Amino acid sequence: MVFDLTEEQRMIQEMARSFAQKEVLPKAAELDETGRYPAELVRHMSELGLMGVAVPEEYGGAGMDNICYVIAMEEIARACASTAVIMSVNNSLVCDPLMKFGTEAQKKKYLVPLASGQKLGCFGLTEPGAGSDAGSQKTTAVRNGDHYVVNGTKNFITNAPEADTCILFTMTDREKKHKGITAFILDMKTQGITIGKHENKMGIKASPTSSIILEEVKVPVENRLGNEGDGFKVAMNTLDGGRIGIAAQAIGIARAALEDALAYAKERKQFGQPIAEFQAIQWMLADMATEIDASRLLAYRAAWLKDRKAKHSKESAMAKLYASETAMRAGVKGIQIHGGYGYIKEYPAERHFRDAKITEIYEGTSEILRLVIASALLKD
Amino acid sequence: MRFELTEEQQQVLSMVRSLARKTLAPKAAEIDEESRYPEDHMRLLAELGLLGMLFPASCGGSEAGALAYSIALREIAGGCASTAVGMAVTNMVGETIWRFGNEEQRKKYLPGLASYSIGAGAFALTEPSAGSDAGSLQTTALEDGDRYILSGSKVFITNGAFAGVTIVAAVTQKEPRKIGAFLVEPGTPGFSVGKAERKLGLKGSNTVSLTFDECPVPKQNLLGNTGEGFRIVLAALDGGRIGIASQALGIARSALDTATAYAKERKQFGQSIADFQAIQWMLAESATELDAGQLLTYRAAWLKEQGRPFTREASMAKVFATEAGNRACHKAVQVLGGYGYIREYPVERNLRDIRVTTIYEGTSEIQRIVISRSLLK
Repeated sequence: MVFDLTEEQRMIQEMARSFAQKEVLPKAAELDETGRYPAELVRHMSELGLMGVAVPEEYGGAGMDNICYVIAMEEIARACASTAVIMSVNNSLVCDPLMKFGTEAQKKKYLVPLASGQKLGCFGLTEPGAGSDAGSQKTTAVRNGDHYVVNGTKNFITNAPEADTCILFTMTDREKKHKGITAFILDMKTQGITIGKHENKMGIKASPTSSIILEEVKVPVENRLGNEGDGFKVAMNTLDGGRIGIAAQAIGIARAALEDALAYAKERKQFGQPIAEFQAIQWMLADMATEIDASRLLAYRAAWLKDRKAKHSKESAMAKLYASETAMRAGVKGIQIHGGYGYIKEYPAERHFRDAKITEIYEGTSEILRLVIASALLKD
Repeated sequence: MRFELTEEQQQVLSMVRSLARKTLAPKAAEIDEESRYPEDHMRLLAELGLLGMLFPASCGGSEAGALAYSIALREIAGGCASTAVGMAVTNMVGETIWRFGNEEQRKKYLPGLASYSIGAGAFALTEPSAGSDAGSLQTTALEDGDRYILSGSKVFITNGAFAGVTIVAAVTQKEPRKIGAFLVEPGTPGFSVGKAERKLGLKGSNTVSLTFDECPVPKQNLLGNTGEGFRIVLAALDGGRIGIASQALGIARSALDTATAYAKERKQFGQSIADFQAIQWMLAESATELDAGQLLTYRAAWLKEQGRPFTREASMAKVFATEAGNRACHKAVQVLGGYGYIREYPVERNLRDIRVTTIYEGTSEIQRIVISRSLLK
């Protein structure tokens, strides 16, 4: 066991923290209020190598490890959870499967611009009728010579309105159920693609979310990611990594809730003393800090296993489950410590609470994660 | 960051796990039932070097390090929690003598503690009215020529009746207040041991009151300098907290294992209860929280082993692991249903045994004070 960060990990922590505090944090309230896509921040993150942290340099990435990715995500999410999820989707759900399942030609053509941040990616798995039950895909892809014809609707797709590339999941053989799912690299400029209206969400409001409607969309065969029928494996494998990113995002949000509450508790006086001197407040702060540390260790462990190419489904499920529920509890406590001020938008506490909630839902709900963990336990 | 054990730690793990499962676990129910102090187990631990893990071979120890110690204690607790607390306190006393004692004191007590030849170690801080408020202790040690005269009483002292040496905290000076830590041997005039407490769990561990009635302790038995006593006991407790976190993890992991195995076998409504989400949820939550508690505990032990500050991290490990452990044992009983409530299965004992871990060596409330103070600094 070693619990120190490496030199490289410390460096990215410093860099990401300084960028997040100086450039991202001052904009977070405005981004939340307006729901504006933070194009300038995404551009800046690209320059810093944050859009493809764990992608090798030869493919346009920063060539760091997955713990570096967790560290950077936490720092960005500490400042702005919306900006963080834009980064997370591009890193975990787009670059990672291209790296793992893409051919050399696909990597050169798609991964390089995505990992370097010149282009933005999205992940098209969820459908109106396929949420947790991701295997029940309705979108179809029918082979027609040198291309496939795709029809269907994807729902709740983060980054979709801004994305250049989509990792798209379709059904190529309904008989085979989830073994009939096939993944594609979809160029979002292809004819037949319509972006639905932007969803108006409870939190992470500056992260654009929309449906994607696919009508007779022609996708060249060379854009198939893996073989026909590999899609479910690609999706599940990708989500194992994605959950590490969302765990890190949740840790950043929880830390924001804690740090803001801590500062407020020291300043706010009631009954003639700072409220930080009351045990009722101290307890909440102590529990938030302890749970955040536990979450971070779970996320680092999962990332460490992923770097070693070891199995990490259970560990990344544990990290996301625990970190997201920690973030939600921290969001609740952060507001409680602020009292009435926690409920108004002058303070960021209510934003953290709204932002935290999604982490228990996307990339595997808490319920799906408990299933993943339990089935791993029962197999042992 | 690296999340793997060294080869040496692996070896400790497999050796101790096999001992705990094959030798200790089969006797745990009987030890609990009879409230019998497991001296046979303590001797076995001594043979394997598990009672002196935190000081070097020159004093009879095995100096395995804080992390290996945490692993060993966890595994022992998984087999028999009563044995584990006897082991924990003995190691804590040995480490404290090693850290703060002079050469003479080390030579005199440490080999005997490691080999159990003088018996176990005991640590006497708590008093009838000084629990969490440990600084308010009333036992006095007044200087009298070449000795101190101890007067007062201690309660809830683990290993008390089986101890070859007891570290006793006492007030040496009232104004300004100074506390000293003393090494007291059984048989010292005026030193008497009360009857064993009857407890909810950890029934095989020995818990007694100690009375000091004008008890003369030679000056060479003062540990550290005069006035250093409170610092010594707090330092011991920081390390002790990692021990109790480890103990809780061992008990809870064993309860989770029992519950998982039971859930696979037990059939209701025509299927294994493991196929119901209600049961899966409980198992998944216990496993996740115990892993988190484990990582916090490893981190604290690692920091300690590196010689770095670890007070906050030890408190986080203890409050988290013991509370998560309690929840896991509670759930294990629930998974076993009626069978969880009867003594044929070990989970009711696990639940009783683990209950004390959020109380002793600093209650959860004290841990939260330690953590919030460090946050607010």
